[in-house]
Amino acid sequence: MKKLLVIPFLCTCLISFGTSIPVGSKHTVKTIKQAIEKASHGDTLIIYPGVYREGNIVLEKRLTVIGKDYPIVDGENKYEIFTIHADHVTVYGLKFINTGVASINDLAAIKVLESNYLRVQNNKFENTFFGIYFANSTNCRVEGNELKSDAESEHQIGNGIHLWKCEHMTLDNNRVTGHRDGIYFEFVTESLITNNYSEGNMRYGLHFMFSHNDEYRNNTFINNGAGVAVMYTKGVKMIGNTFEHNWGSSAYGLLLKDIRDSFVTGNIFKKNSVGIFMEGSSRIEFRENTFSENGYAVRLQASCDDNVFERNNFSANTFDLVTNGTLVLNTINHNYWDHYEGYDLNHDAVGDVPYRPVSLYGMVIEHMPSAVLLWRSFFVFLMDRAEKAVPAITPDNLKDNSPAMKPYDFHKAN
Amino acid sequence: MISIKQIDKKFAKLTALENVSLELQTGKSYALVGPNGSGKTTLIKSILGLVIPTSGDILFNEKNIRHDWKYRDKIGYMPQIGHYPENMSIGQLFDMMKNIRGENQRIDEELIDAFKLYKMYDKRMHALSGGTRQKVSAALAFLFPAPVYILDEPTAGLDPISTEILKEKIIHERRMNKLLMITSHILSDLEELTNSMVYMFEGKVHFNNTIEQLKHETNEVKLSKALATFIRQKELVASVSEV
Amino acid sequence: MTRVLKYILYDILRTRFILLYTAFLFISTFGLYQLDSDSGKVVLSLLNIVLMVVPLVSIVFSTIHFFNSYEFIELMLAQPVKRSTVFLGEFMGVACSLCAAFVTGVGVPMLLFGINANALTMLYTGVTLTLVFVSLAFLSSVLTRDKAKAIGIALLFWLYFSLIYDGLLLWVVYSFSDYPLEKITLVLIAFNPVDLARIIMLLQLDISALMGFTGAFYQEFFGSYLGIVLSTLVLFIWIVLPIALAQRIFNRKDL
Repeated sequence: MKKLLVIPFLCTCLISFGTSIPVGSKHTVKTIKQAIEKASHGDTLIIYPGVYREGNIVLEKRLTVIGKDYPIVDGENKYEIFTIHADHVTVYGLKFINTGVASINDLAAIKVLESNYLRVQNNKFENTFFGIYFANSTNCRVEGNELKSDAESEHQIGNGIHLWKCEHMTLDNNRVTGHRDGIYFEFVTESLITNNYSEGNMRYGLHFMFSHNDEYRNNTFINNGAGVAVMYTKGVKMIGNTFEHNWGSSAYGLLLKDIRDSFVTGNIFKKNSVGIFMEGSSRIEFRENTFSENGYAVRLQASCDDNVFERNNFSANTFDLVTNGTLVLNTINHNYWDHYEGYDLNHDAVGDVPYRPVSLYGMVIEHMPSAVLLWRSFFVFLMDRAEKAVPAITPDNLKDNSPAMKPYDFHKAN
Repeated sequence: MISIKQIDKKFAKLTALENVSLELQTGKSYALVGPNGSGKTTLIKSILGLVIPTSGDILFNEKNIRHDWKYRDKIGYMPQIGHYPENMSIGQLFDMMKNIRGENQRIDEELIDAFKLYKMYDKRMHALSGGTRQKVSAALAFLFPAPVYILDEPTAGLDPISTEILKEKIIHERRMNKLLMITSHILSDLEELTNSMVYMFEGKVHFNNTIEQLKHETNEVKLSKALATFIRQKELVASVSEV
Repeated sequence: MTRVLKYILYDILRTRFILLYTAFLFISTFGLYQLDSDSGKVVLSLLNIVLMVVPLVSIVFSTIHFFNSYEFIELMLAQPVKRSTVFLGEFMGVACSLCAAFVTGVGVPMLLFGINANALTMLYTGVTLTLVFVSLAFLSSVLTRDKAKAIGIALLFWLYFSLIYDGLLLWVVYSFSDYPLEKITLVLIAFNPVDLARIIMLLQLDISALMGFTGAFYQEFFGSYLGIVLSTLVLFIWIVLPIALAQRIFNRKDL
């Protein structure tokens, strides 16, 4: 809340120090390019409603660009629109449409190169190849933007918010739909992703690589082609996010690949074909997450170790946990499993017999994917029953020794 | 009318009929006699096409009955034990049979009237006694006037009055110059109802002639006696030939 | 044919068993809808009934009925009626009444709670499986004269298609797990009507995503025009082939 107040205040500060240049068909300065040329550091351009078709606009001055009632800046399906190479630039309240599409150049509506302390706020993007693109920049803020695209295939579209080699970035409250990746992070460290909404992107809702010590909170990722991928990273905090309906034969709520020393807490995984798929990951703590109605709640590859699953709720998942290994070096404890059939004689809310979240059939299909064609057959039903009664094949040490009898209520204040 | 030409019937190991040849003629009434398991029912079923002979042919009006089914139109058949769909009422059963035979058939409901079956039209088959079932079977056999009637143990299980009714009906039909074939263990009935006899033993026909001829050959007056003598003679011949 | 069929139908529909079966299906379906408002989940739960109970009831009831009607069939065959008419009449009678029981028992609650594509597919597979197993029942009925033996054969058919075949399938998948098996398993699936019905149903329910690559492959196949035609054709063959074979045997059978 405090931050929200500070931003308009800063804006007013900037406006009051420099000169204000109105741009529009009714004003002396007709185009943004003219205005940039005229302006000196610290000035503010006020863009009045209208359609501005000016090709590529290069901005290398410390300016504040403010749109009144969303003036349209049109790339005419040919150009990158803003290319910014200056510190302390603010772009506010513009509507960017129709950037060019290129396979070699990453044409963007706003491209920022080697610049610091930028703000991209409350803009709208429609039918842009890349929406907002940062490279080699630090301490920037991307906030309240709305990005919409509707490409047919992955190759015709770039990422919504694309960050490469950045530091101390903040992404807050943006909405991205219909891009390749909703939000793309590569070599972005010490950054914060909060309250964003990423839906219906072709590939990942969030694509995240080599980006250490970042934190993402309270974001929502719905119905993206392959869900969310977090890869080759250490020290990530994922808190309170919602991963919903990422459905498809190669879609995941959350894909964790080579992740270390991270936290996954208080997230909701709902109706994903796979809630969490993890590979080569270690020392991750999974706490207080809710897994419901997923095909597989967690697919744990044998290459993962030292992970901790505690106090999570598992309900109505087809498979709670599957793994392709027999030796399991992860800790699973105090979770609630709706498939648990044990009892609690001493009424301490903890089941008296351990729960084995891995079913025999789950094991079988991890080893022989073709065996899925027997799914829901009577044979499989009998097989699982037999294994439950006399465990012989499922990993012996993969069990929750103190399963909770009732689901945890994470929303209750405690 | 019906010519049976050298038919054989083998079930798995058992030979039920062996080289059976018979000429059954219109206007004659045949008693089919023989001990249990001698092949009587198999022979009847062969004529009806329910059992298919291993070899040999059966001609009905000079037409081979194999692959034919229309000739059964000319046969009224009363099975040994009548089993019917349990949930069907007597009325429905008669309706069904009429329906199957075709609407424009002549109907003979004499026995239905005589047995007073119309009073029980609403009764379900599973609620019937053995005797009533037998009445239903008889009434069904005679429901459609036919040149040939085949009756398998017609009087078994019937009360004396009903037996008389049925016998009268059979004699009546016989007078109408029809071909009748009756099996029974009650020889006195057969003496009343038939004039020719086919005696079967172990799948073979051992005698096929008029009852008069049998009595003449054995010098007996009563059919039962005549048959007993005939069997004794046969056994004697058999034992001699074995030696 | 219709004359015979009319009375056979009339007879079967009166038997208490068909009514019980209808009631069982109705109560189960209705109950499942009461427990869960999501029709997809209801259909998924119903799937177990359709894959297990429907074939079992169909095959056992049909076999028992055939033997209970043995004398009736005999009576009919003494009439001027073709053997095939009587036999197919019996088949149609049993098949129609079991299908009617299924459609009523499952379909009416579906109508009450809202019918959709899932529900329709379920009705389609249920009716098809009923027909297949009635057909198999008639085959087992003509293979022997002994009622107990025939029921034994019928149960064996059921056990084979519901359980044993899947075990063998798993063994095949296990033995050849290093090879791409999708096309082969697709063919193997066609040899078991229960598996085929199950796969069609699972794909309809949009859970093929959980079936990984195999699921995607099947989805593509069964979603295509060719796939729909072929799977329908295969199920049709599963209905026609056993009953045709049974008919051939019956035509030469002694009663």
